Amino acid sequence: MTELNTQDAAGLIRSSAATLAGKLAAGEVSAVEVTQAHLDRIAAVDGGERGVNAFLHVNTEEALAVAAEVDSIRTAGGAEAEKLHALAGVPIAVKDLIVTIGQPTTAGSKILEGWHSPYDATVVKRLRDARMPILGKTNLDEFAMGSSTEHSAYGPTRNPWDLDRIPGGSGGGSAAAVAAFEAPLALGTDTGGSIRQPGAVTGTVGVKPTYGSVSRYGAIAMASSLDQIGPVSRTVLDSALLHQVIGGHDPRDSTSLPDPLADLVAAASIGNVEGLRIGIIKELHGEGYQAGVENRFNESLELLKGAGAEIVEVSCPNFQYALGAYYLIMPSEASSNLAKFDGVRFGLRVLPKDAPLTIERVMGATRAAGFGDEVKRRIILGTYALSAGYYDAYYGSAQKVRTLVQRDFEAAFAKADVLISPTAPTTAFKLGEKLDDPLAMYLNDVATIPANLAGVPGLSLPGGLADEDGLPVGIQLLAPARQDARLYRVGAVLESLLEAKWGGPLLDQAPSLVELVETKVVEPVETLVETHGGSH
Amino acid sequence: MAAINREDVAHLARLAHIEMSAQELDRMAGELAVIVESVKSVSEAAGDDVPATSHPIPLTNVFREDVVGHTFTAEQSLSGAPDAAENRFKVPAILDEA
Repeated sequence: MTELNTQDAAGLIRSSAATLAGKLAAGEVSAVEVTQAHLDRIAAVDGGERGVNAFLHVNTEEALAVAAEVDSIRTAGGAEAEKLHALAGVPIAVKDLIVTIGQPTTAGSKILEGWHSPYDATVVKRLRDARMPILGKTNLDEFAMGSSTEHSAYGPTRNPWDLDRIPGGSGGGSAAAVAAFEAPLALGTDTGGSIRQPGAVTGTVGVKPTYGSVSRYGAIAMASSLDQIGPVSRTVLDSALLHQVIGGHDPRDSTSLPDPLADLVAAASIGNVEGLRIGIIKELHGEGYQAGVENRFNESLELLKGAGAEIVEVSCPNFQYALGAYYLIMPSEASSNLAKFDGVRFGLRVLPKDAPLTIERVMGATRAAGFGDEVKRRIILGTYALSAGYYDAYYGSAQKVRTLVQRDFEAAFAKADVLISPTAPTTAFKLGEKLDDPLAMYLNDVATIPANLAGVPGLSLPGGLADEDGLPVGIQLLAPARQDARLYRVGAVLESLLEAKWGGPLLDQAPSLVELVETKVVEPVETLVETHGGSH
Repeated sequence: MAAINREDVAHLARLAHIEMSAQELDRMAGELAVIVESVKSVSEAAGDDVPATSHPIPLTNVFREDVVGHTFTAEQSLSGAPDAAENRFKVPAILDEA
């Protein structure tokens, strides 16, 4: 293998997964070279006090071994080489909520520190079947509970656009890794926006597929009726390619849809939106949305209109209750799902300092020490919402709101093929800014939550930079359940219109990270996170 | 709907098996009161005629054939346990007297 010069390596890490796949297939570059270039990038920008901190674990040895395998199969040629998946040798990062053999899985929590899963998640198995080298596990808010990745027990991830700002959450690690060119692709999970909102604030693409269309087997459950694994990438086509690797029925997940997966890559390549009805959701823009977010949103509408789409306005009046319903359903399900972390079967066990040493007291001490504040808040809130006397008023009412939100979507999709809104009401806020105000933090999810309540798919793509702060704005597209293909069709067209306007990908406008990481004076992480008990 | 107070939080923390200091209870009670207040409107949103949705995409019961599939060995199952002995999870005493 020839040594890559710096310029070649820079070209590799900035390439899309589709481009890398093409170069690998043509033999222009080896999988080891591609994987090594990304590992080098991780080494250059991820670590240290000023690093991005997107990765909790880097899987160097295994990733290079998988890459070498791909190279030797390709070099040998013949039937085995023919059978190689299109993305074979294209590396990927995996959110650390998804279990993997051979690497630790922490869920961003102290309670699972050092734990190794004895099995692979179905999506990980599918990455292995496609021979995609797994670069490592990415940072997240503890058990995916948060919108800023500041609730990770292993310190926050920093936004590659501005290291003093949040990368979104809970999948801030996956989004930041992709935005920082540490990985061309990543997996995320989205319960209330944890793929889409980080995508929005880091200038990347993130997709929450239709509920049940990607197996949840091996994703540590937060809220089982809302959780969904999905792709994270820099281009719409790349997300479609990855979605096709991970999607489709899985008998190991009883909520997995039996439907065959549509050709999403083909959808991303249609290249026109003529005659499509695109609905603006009245309730998901305007008041409460940052001016720069509104401006970029309106600009995208104009571009779509110019491309022949019909823009219509729809109203979803019950979305006003969606956030409240979400913050009852999600904690209820989470309080039940997290009961298994009790110091018996896996992870941490903490013994109380004084007698008696009963199992109940050991559980109390273990969960007190192992869980962070946000997880405790949600467990208590969920226990409250499910308790006798409150169940009907809280959990029961929230489930009815879910029906109302679904009906709003049905009515909206009768008038529009695809719905559109800003992904998040603001651009990335400063690290520490909202840590003391859980409710303000929850409001970040206001535009993304309805899709989870109704199970419909959503995609966020970069819509440009806000005028007032120069930070990325996300545009969200929503489609009816099982119509994920429409997101890719419209998303790819909007992306190409926007990139034509910008003269290239949005991330070309991001600051040079190596310089930032090495020279910029950043407030030490510890002083920012002391209020929520996080530590390294 | 009633507001949530410190005693409620202490009771809930016991139910949820999370030990909390007095200081933690104070802070948590204040934060949760704000959150509960903000979600109150949910109970007024839907009338009695609206059915509840527990699952976003309707699916009927999913069964599989009653055959032995992949199983973990005892060693694999116990590999992440904080304590194990004789192929079993080892736990502290269940009863106070122990």
